[in-house]
Amino acid sequence: MRNFGFATTKSRTVDYSKIDTRLIGYILENEPTFNACLSCGSCTAICSAGNLTNFNIRKLSLLIRLGELEKIHTEIDKCMLCGKCLLECPRGINTRNVIMLIKKGLTIFDIKDQE
Amino acid sequence: MIDVLIIGGGIAGIQAACSLQDLGLETVIVEKEKTIGGHLNDWDTLFPTFRSASEVIDYYTEETRKRALTIYLNTNVISIKKVDEGVFEVQTSRDVLFRSKSVVLASGYQLFNAERKEEYGYKIYDNVLTSADLEKKFRRLNGQPFKTPTDKTPKRIGFIHCVGSRDEKSGNHYCSKLCCVTAVKQAIHMKQVCPEADVFCCYMDLRMYGPGFEEMYREAQEKYHVQFIRGRLSEVSENSDGTLQLKVEDTLAARPCRIQADMLVLMVGMEASKNTALFKQSCNLECASNRFVKPNDHHIGSNQTNVPGLFTAGTSIGPMSVFDTVNHAKSVAFAVNEYLKNSEL
Repeated sequence: MRNFGFATTKSRTVDYSKIDTRLIGYILENEPTFNACLSCGSCTAICSAGNLTNFNIRKLSLLIRLGELEKIHTEIDKCMLCGKCLLECPRGINTRNVIMLIKKGLTIFDIKDQE
Repeated sequence: MIDVLIIGGGIAGIQAACSLQDLGLETVIVEKEKTIGGHLNDWDTLFPTFRSASEVIDYYTEETRKRALTIYLNTNVISIKKVDEGVFEVQTSRDVLFRSKSVVLASGYQLFNAERKEEYGYKIYDNVLTSADLEKKFRRLNGQPFKTPTDKTPKRIGFIHCVGSRDEKSGNHYCSKLCCVTAVKQAIHMKQVCPEADVFCCYMDLRMYGPGFEEMYREAQEKYHVQFIRGRLSEVSENSDGTLQLKVEDTLAARPCRIQADMLVLMVGMEASKNTALFKQSCNLECASNRFVKPNDHHIGSNQTNVPGLFTAGTSIGPMSVFDTVNHAKSVAFAVNEYLKNSEL
């Protein structure tokens, strides 16, 4: 490509017709309760890992829904599987299973973190 | 035999009785408490106009007197039975068996018991109240300065939406629909009595569905600077000085937060009253998954139930505001009148 001496940045717009649905499809198929998320944030407020690190399970689930999988691997490893979010969820979502499925899905689809 | 037996002497029951009597039908009201007015007796002001609740009760007391309505107070209904020929037999705690051609269930709702949400600390920490407790406090205020239960002037007050509503963990999956606007109303009231205090609301979604509600919400933001935080409370703990520590995620900032407060108000939702389950058993009444009575036709027959001759008025079918309750009670009169005209009794 010709060098014009300046660079443009990639568009930040989320294109809903081009979302990578592999991981979210796999999670929803195996844990349909995940569909019911309200994004209320009680899972994140109670999270043991979130109190010590910048781990934010609600934000992570949003990123997965948008197919933005670049940093999921490192992030999900911060979860200690304590299950407090499971006790808390007002929609009765099996959050611990969701996390296990994220981990499995990352392996199945060979999704790795990108710089 | 009486034409209509009305179970419940709240505003739904009284309004239904007034409208039915005006149509020339003979009515009897059975009320379990010692006064009429139901839950409205515990309320200070009503949204969206801050009208005094006692004004509405006074209106219905006067209407009752004018029509000389027959009301049995301190009377519990034990069972409703539909016997042959479509006659209802209603057994009460007074050893009186009423026989009527139709029955109106105006037995209302009950408030969610906030103690069931143990992590919020109601009845564990002194400065955690429910919305109903706060209304009672406002009622007793009479121009005196507002103090917390531990007798301090509050500097930060939090309102928590959806306590016992939209919550599978407390068994209530449905939206109670009135708590949002009640929280906005109480937050404004709080700022009026404590102008120096910071007031915030933790919500999941704000449902300002009715006329004047959105305007109130905007007024709370613009004029009273009430802070709205989008996040559901996860747990409360108490500091050594009696103040409270809240754990919430501010979902819009995407960060877990700690909030200090001097007083916390839990917006408790509305549940089907215990009696609804009792009536359900005794006359095969159909209830919805939220345990309230299921209307026979959601759109064009919300006063009818699956049992012909058994009608509903007000919050026995679900959470309802005062004005919706009054309208629902007015419409039941026409439904009952039509039924009695067409039945062969």
